Amino acid sequence: MQSSDETTVYVAKPAVHDSAHKHVAGEARYVDDMAEPAGLLHLCFGLSSKPHATLDGIDLDAVRAAPGVVQVFTAADIPGDNDVGAMGLGDEPLLAADRVLYVGQPIFLVAATTRDAARRAAKLGRIRYGELPAILDIDAARAKRDLVCTPLTLRRGDPQRAIAQAPRKLASRMRVGGQEHFYLEGQVALALPGEDGDVLVHCSTQHPTEVQHVIARVLGQANHTATVELRRMGGGFGGKETQANGFAAAAGLVARLTGRPAKIRPDRDDDMVITGKRHDFDIGFQVGFDEQGQILGVEFDYAARAGFSADLSGPVTDRALFHCDNAYFYPHVEASSLPLRTHTQSNTAFRGFGGPQGMLGAERVIEEIAYALGLDPLEVRKRNLYGATERNVTPYHQTLRDDLLPGLIDELETRSDYQARRAAIRDFNARSKTIRRGIALTPVKFGISFTHTPYNQAGALLHVYRDGSVQLNHGGTEMGQGLHVKILQIVAETLQIDPAQIRLAPTSTGKIPNTSATAASSGADLNGMAARNAALAVRTRLAEFAAERSQVPPDSVTFEPGFIRVGGEAIPFAVVVEQAYQARVQLSATGFYRTPRIHWNRSEGKGDPFFYFAYGAAVSEAAVDLLTGENRILRTDILHDAGRSLNPAIDIGQIEGGFVQGMGWLTTEELVWDKQGRLRTHAPSTYKIPACSDRPRDFRVHLLDRPNREETIYRSKAVGEPPLMLAMSALHAISDAVASVADYKTCPRLDPPATPEAILNAIERIKP
Amino acid sequence: MQSSKDFDLSRRTVLVGATASAAIAAAPAGAHAKQAGEPALSKFSLKVNGTAHQLELDLRTSLLDALREHLHLTGTKKGCDHGQCGACTVLVNGRRINSCLTLAVMHDGDEIKTIEGLGTPDRLHPMQAAFVKHDGYQCGYCTPGQICSAVAVLDEIKAGIPSHVTADLNAQPQLNATELRERMSGNICRCGAYSNIVDAITDVAGSQA
Repeated sequence: MQSSDETTVYVAKPAVHDSAHKHVAGEARYVDDMAEPAGLLHLCFGLSSKPHATLDGIDLDAVRAAPGVVQVFTAADIPGDNDVGAMGLGDEPLLAADRVLYVGQPIFLVAATTRDAARRAAKLGRIRYGELPAILDIDAARAKRDLVCTPLTLRRGDPQRAIAQAPRKLASRMRVGGQEHFYLEGQVALALPGEDGDVLVHCSTQHPTEVQHVIARVLGQANHTATVELRRMGGGFGGKETQANGFAAAAGLVARLTGRPAKIRPDRDDDMVITGKRHDFDIGFQVGFDEQGQILGVEFDYAARAGFSADLSGPVTDRALFHCDNAYFYPHVEASSLPLRTHTQSNTAFRGFGGPQGMLGAERVIEEIAYALGLDPLEVRKRNLYGATERNVTPYHQTLRDDLLPGLIDELETRSDYQARRAAIRDFNARSKTIRRGIALTPVKFGISFTHTPYNQAGALLHVYRDGSVQLNHGGTEMGQGLHVKILQIVAETLQIDPAQIRLAPTSTGKIPNTSATAASSGADLNGMAARNAALAVRTRLAEFAAERSQVPPDSVTFEPGFIRVGGEAIPFAVVVEQAYQARVQLSATGFYRTPRIHWNRSEGKGDPFFYFAYGAAVSEAAVDLLTGENRILRTDILHDAGRSLNPAIDIGQIEGGFVQGMGWLTTEELVWDKQGRLRTHAPSTYKIPACSDRPRDFRVHLLDRPNREETIYRSKAVGEPPLMLAMSALHAISDAVASVADYKTCPRLDPPATPEAILNAIERIKP
Repeated sequence: MQSSKDFDLSRRTVLVGATASAAIAAAPAGAHAKQAGEPALSKFSLKVNGTAHQLELDLRTSLLDALREHLHLTGTKKGCDHGQCGACTVLVNGRRINSCLTLAVMHDGDEIKTIEGLGTPDRLHPMQAAFVKHDGYQCGYCTPGQICSAVAVLDEIKAGIPSHVTADLNAQPQLNATELRERMSGNICRCGAYSNIVDAITDVAGSQA
């Protein structure tokens, strides 16, 4: 369809974000910025204060009597199914009916004339709880072994025998912390009642179709009665893939039952207490290896805190297993997941979707082997990389068809001057008593496609109006990742018109049905292709019309910027469009795309779940204060594979931002629950998100610039999630600095988040 | 908090006096008692982006809510509503402030500038233009706060106000990356566009120098 060296006018260019001027002028509107309709009801949830209890009495008299309160809703008021879960398993009520399963679970819903009145009233509920034993962490959950969904095992070869026969072996465990999304725009939904029970819901969500289905389910109505629309989100990061469901359903419910518009926009603390986060993991492994550091066999178990319901914990823990190899070939491997139920928030999607936790297991194995053998971890990494033609089968039996990493790592090693800097750091550390430095290079190989194969489809709808202006709808959502500008570039390229002539409509379930979440880094891959197919359909009709009109063969008609060339004559696009209209040519088209070739058999643990892989590597250098555990990332060099980038400016932004967000997860962001199951880190005052000063002092980011070997949209590669995992280099650089206290003879086993406290603990543990 | 008796003059005076010096006289004078449970209202005036607005609001209304919900200037964003994320940063008499952490009534007569007052898409302030040039945003939600903060940071440095990383408190602070990173650290960008944000500010600082 497109040759990989095709010259382009609009794509593969650093076009500025489509909302740039509005963002900087404060004119980009988010749901909370929309003018409030007359009669608007403001909503607030009343939340559980117990982690696990029966609801023995719900006294809402004081709530109803509070100033401004119009109506109060409980589970009994829900006309349809009381379930807002992504999987529709019935395990995630909109409002708890007979028991609560975590602190922060919504029990009742207040509708009042002002937000302030709703919030004040929501505090007045008198709930009588019958307290039950609560499972609050992975250890307790593992003992109870209550799973939220069926676990997965991947197996290839005979790892038990390979480990038993290996010359060297070791076993260990590690902990990986969770992460709060802290999308800067909190959850928000505004519902408007329509005729015949219809509701239109403006909602900040990555998955309008699922929100639509959930609203319909809660109302007990058909999907066509609910329309979900959004212009943009103020950040998503996975936190609005399923977590918008409850808020949107609440707004939809009140609009439907009262006939008045209804809006919910929880306070930030409530948002953090109610919604799920990145899964924390407990990872165990045994590995057999040879004296050169080559892995012979490995076994992993990945236990995850799923929270009170299934949500996406099945797919998340599956993807952890899909990345238990990161970039390394395991001759014999077994990896199994354990999605454990706990009485805490239901953990959910977060950029990387379990992949990052999976990779951390692989990188810890590499680190352990390196310290056991006294080798540079980078050397062990290189010795275990996948091969080009052999040693190239993953634990899920997919054969890798490209081998970009060996060359990419070599290039980065040279570009970052890794070897000389490593020697200089060793030298520095030998002379420095308090400040120690460390350096690490870690690779990333990230599988691109939804592992739930049906999600790998997308639609688009394109209208050309008589003046030549174009309106484009697609099923993807904009959350800052630059999806819309990429789609604009693609449509501009296909029709050879200025992007200013194209208007992207807000994402709406009324325009594009049955969409997938904008997730799994797939937004541009899927929707870009669908948009291109819609534009190609119109382009083909215009070419055929112009050819017939000028009596030339259709394939002699060419599209050039602003013009259509027909038999030597360059006619402005808008002129051909008007002529086509007069001749009754259809100027509107849908486009559809489904990813080819992929398949996955979960029960067998075999298949080709990924269309292709995105690669990258990073070198980070850290400085650690041995007395306080304080640390800084001094320099980071990144070389990342975005294929033939659709928009290098956007993609470099994704890489830098992903790295910073990953660094926060692995170094400063620590979630703490107390013994009563209360999340104590429910605001950025107690939960440390990277600030401007935390970014690496010296930050050098480069694109590999190699066309995707697969036929993706203009040979680009997905870039949303993979860069987050480049931040593993920061964790391992800190670990390298810590290892200096024991002369690099002991693996520091520094578990993320590597807070100063964790660093000091690691130092105390290993120092002689 | 339920009764207007809580808002007697002496307590109000102490509260305002402890947190700001500007509006001591106006706030209590404008307050008048209502029935129990009803909020105490106050009349005051805000000069926002050059236009004077007369308001009568619940004394507890934050400046942020006054701007967004009563003056419908929604460019200023509510990120955390706790003064911890910086999304609500506006300029009051030329100095930056978290508008969620200050009561509107405390700013009677103050000159307030929001992102809408800095420039419009057609006539961007140099800082706004630099953010476009350097892609200093992703989702855009922190952007108005970042830009207001950035404008104030350059003025603070010019005025000789030191920061945590200023080595010599008696010397003029340097306009360098270390200072900018430190001074911009009250504005969280969860998308992590910090490199481009610092580039944009550096660009403007360079052209001003």
